[in-house]
Amino acid sequence: MADTPKPEELSKIDHAPPLMEGWMDVPAEIRPGIYCYGAKAKNLAAVGMPNARDWNPADEDWKLPDNWEQIVEEGMKDRLDKYRSFKLFMDICVRCGACADKCHFFIGSGDPKNMPVMRAELLRSVYRKKFTAAGKILGKIAGARKLTEEVLKEWWTYLYQCTECRRCSVFCPYGIDMAEITIMGRELTNLLGLNIDWIAGPVANCNRTGNHLGIQPHAYKDMIDFFVDEIEEVTGIRVEPDLNRKGAEILFVTPSGDVFADPGTYTAMGYLMLFHYLKSQGLDITWSTYASEGGNFGFFTSHEMAKRLNAKMYAEAKRLGVKWILGGECGHMWRVVHQYMNTWNGPADFLEEPVSPITGTKFETATGTKMVHIIEFTADLMRNNRLKLDPSRNDNLIVTFHDSCNTSRGMGFLEEPRYVIKNVCNNFYEMPPNTIREQTFCCGSGSGLNAGEDMELRMRGGLPRANAVKHVHEKYGVNMLSCICALDRAVLPTSLGYWVPEVAVTGVHEMVANALVFEGEKERTTNLRGEPLPGMEEEE
Amino acid sequence: MTFYDRGTILPGLIIGLCLFLSPFIYNGGKAGKAPVPELTPKAKEAKQCVAPKPYMTAWHMQLLDNWRQEVVREGSRYFNANQDLWWNNQFDGQLLEKWRRFITSSDASTPGATGKTYYKSLQVTCMECHSNKSKFCDECHNYLGVSPYCWDCHVQPKEDKQ
Amino acid sequence: MNFILGMVIAAIGMGPVVMIPLVGVGLLKLNFFFGVIVPYAALAIFVIGMIYRVMNWSRSPVPYRIPTTAGQEFSYPWIKSNPIDNPKNTYGVVARMIFEVLTFRSLFRHTKLEYRNTETGPKIDYEWEKWLWLAALAFHYSFLVIFLRHFRFFMDPVPGFVLILEKLDGFMQLGLLPINGLGAPGVYLTDMLLMLALTYLLLRRIYIPQVRYISLPADYFPLFLILTLGTTGILMRYLIRVDITAVKELAIGLFTFHPVAPAGIGVIFYVHLFCLCVLISYFPFSKLCHMAGIFLSPTRNLANTSRIVRHVNPWNYPVKFHTYEAYENEFREHMIEAGLPVEKGLDSEPAKEAEE
Repeated sequence: MADTPKPEELSKIDHAPPLMEGWMDVPAEIRPGIYCYGAKAKNLAAVGMPNARDWNPADEDWKLPDNWEQIVEEGMKDRLDKYRSFKLFMDICVRCGACADKCHFFIGSGDPKNMPVMRAELLRSVYRKKFTAAGKILGKIAGARKLTEEVLKEWWTYLYQCTECRRCSVFCPYGIDMAEITIMGRELTNLLGLNIDWIAGPVANCNRTGNHLGIQPHAYKDMIDFFVDEIEEVTGIRVEPDLNRKGAEILFVTPSGDVFADPGTYTAMGYLMLFHYLKSQGLDITWSTYASEGGNFGFFTSHEMAKRLNAKMYAEAKRLGVKWILGGECGHMWRVVHQYMNTWNGPADFLEEPVSPITGTKFETATGTKMVHIIEFTADLMRNNRLKLDPSRNDNLIVTFHDSCNTSRGMGFLEEPRYVIKNVCNNFYEMPPNTIREQTFCCGSGSGLNAGEDMELRMRGGLPRANAVKHVHEKYGVNMLSCICALDRAVLPTSLGYWVPEVAVTGVHEMVANALVFEGEKERTTNLRGEPLPGMEEEE
Repeated sequence: MTFYDRGTILPGLIIGLCLFLSPFIYNGGKAGKAPVPELTPKAKEAKQCVAPKPYMTAWHMQLLDNWRQEVVREGSRYFNANQDLWWNNQFDGQLLEKWRRFITSSDASTPGATGKTYYKSLQVTCMECHSNKSKFCDECHNYLGVSPYCWDCHVQPKEDKQ
Repeated sequence: MNFILGMVIAAIGMGPVVMIPLVGVGLLKLNFFFGVIVPYAALAIFVIGMIYRVMNWSRSPVPYRIPTTAGQEFSYPWIKSNPIDNPKNTYGVVARMIFEVLTFRSLFRHTKLEYRNTETGPKIDYEWEKWLWLAALAFHYSFLVIFLRHFRFFMDPVPGFVLILEKLDGFMQLGLLPINGLGAPGVYLTDMLLMLALTYLLLRRIYIPQVRYISLPADYFPLFLILTLGTTGILMRYLIRVDITAVKELAIGLFTFHPVAPAGIGVIFYVHLFCLCVLISYFPFSKLCHMAGIFLSPTRNLANTSRIVRHVNPWNYPVKFHTYEAYENEFREHMIEAGLPVEKGLDSEPAKEAEE
């Protein structure tokens, strides 16, 4: 693993591409710290992906099948026929450059091929060569290129430097969405077994054990039990979560990352506490070890793989006989649940239109998919005063909110989390408007790029977000970044630690749980992290 | 072959193309003949305008505008086709004028005028000959959708309506 | 290919566009060919090309509902939603598309990255930058108005809206320059705006490093082509006048299917016309087809009703996924040990296998 350069080194970024050199013939540099390891044979084979073999992107020989070019060409044709988005986005770009400086990877790296338009041109040039008359006849003059192994490697390099965050598509006058093109491009690379292992591994795990981290059911239970003990220690309350319980009214699905590592675990505890709090008010909810993954790394592999992994949610809901599904805080999970799940694995006619058992509110936004976001659920509770909250317990936090790419640009989920946050903490400051809501910046490690070996890339991609955090840290003293995404919780501590170490990361439901006042709880002296609550410091 | 969303795409395409091809639809295959300015007997008799015909066809609006400028701003009231097309008052009028003549006549050196001197006046000079405004001016202007503002100020000649 | 080469190629492409009509009409006197046959051919290519292009897009379905949501979704009644940037229904989509097509709403969001590496670390700003939006808007609207103004040549009698457009466009009643000799005919605002906007768009393509890097000959060529189209048009109006009555005769002939190529129209007109012919025949096969494409963009023309209405993918196919049964079969022992509920007891497992 390459050493990650120091921030001072990394921030020397030149955004001007070379003056006299075109891009078409410059091969991609596959550089340690930027690229992720290639997918291992066992992980590809586990889910029946083609060309399963161990390979190393840094090697000259990628062990491609002999007819790889034909596979790519047929794969492209197939996708052009299946996705209007792909075909249209290949045709209509005018290269106005509005997207160029909107990508966090371009801002953080200055690599011109990280401009969304350029990344798309890498594919477009081959599209022109293979599928347009002008490209076939005029070649380079018409912006067309042959698909060579060099070009394929270039594709791979830059398709795995895009986090499918869709920020570019907000600014594009035609709505060209680089995420969509990356999705297609990654599907093509997957036809040749060119996934990265940080995606292929979780996919194989998720297929078998139900979650990316490969946590087996008994281990999952252990982890939940550990949370129960932790919660008791802090609050004196013993929560009693259910796992795989048939006949519950609601199935709860959340990313496994929050069960596995800090600070996500505190958010997971937050869920457990909230559910326990609501039990007396009539909440009947179960977790599942089989559908123990909200996230979907299959989405970073191919639509088909995403659909396979996603199918478990409805399958489990059906098996357990629940009425509807509640989903935890997660970014790409919600892109998938919101925009794809019902199309792939619906109609969910075995479920009922979700209604909050506590407030009786009908969730109008989820009548088809029958899956509700826990923030929506909690916001409704707060609106109806069903939670006794003491926001002053979060007074040591000066909070800002990081919109996840997927919930903001793939859903429009902007006000709900803010409403919840403002109910549980007294100090809230927004980052600058160009960096939040629909213009939010990616954490820099999304779409399966949160590996260890590409740390330099992640720090570069995380720079725009971190920079906005630094701004509010300096201006308002913000010391806590809240988010509603498990991936954010997994990766932002690293990138904020790198760029603005004074700011920590929390899930929204961690703050909810800290503010939640239980009947019969002991006097709380610490928050879930074991840090003293405001005013309790001296008593330590 | 399946066309998806044809219920919206087809009408959209048809509307779009119809807008583009609307001149075909509007004309319906018929249109008036291009008008030819009609000369009054007096104009015919004069044989020659203040400048040659091709020049007048292309540049009459310019000539009139210049007349107006010269009369109003400089008090220069007389126009000699041989000399005065060569103004040398401002800018590079000469070059401009040479250019105009070059592109409107085959022979750039010949002003082709009678050498007569005219009084620079739309109402008195031009409309004296071309007293049939509706036939001489309006037909072409209407054909091309041109609405000169001459008559915002000037008095239109009275025509014998036939 | 660097940017100079890109421009040179585009310029070389422009050579024939100007030379062919100059030679064809100026020397060879092929007035009918360039005045009638070429325009009809170009128009046919345009119409058939656009139909082909759009229907070709239509042949591919939109399997997923993937609007880019650029505002608050429809939510609780007590949360203010953004019905335009995050449409809840067809009305919202129509509004969004209208804003997108008529006001370039997305482009309006454009900002410029300002990156500074200071002593206390990098500082990133997103600066006000509306010039691209403004130039794009000015260019497109000018082109539209100019196109519609030309209807005075295409339609007989000239319709009222064209007269009104002309009045508005020429309201300054000024000549090309405030110089005696260039005082008439009156200048059109859109002519000037078009040329200014095009020049800006060309200059920014060369000047802004990122845009320079991504530019292809196919980006310079349409700019050069439309610049030439505009230049010849402006020349024809102010400096190289032609007999426009004859021009209208020709145009009306085309638009009534009674084609004529009247004599006495200067060659500059044929250059202008040929540029237009090249432009419209190039249209469907180039990036210019964004004019139709924008209407089909799935990130803009879909309502964000994903969780309310099931979007049907016409080629949706069943996939094999790891079932709960297979999962429990693998982990049953551990699950029972951990006290997790199971479907089948340990003893029933062999029986099940026997059944298979």
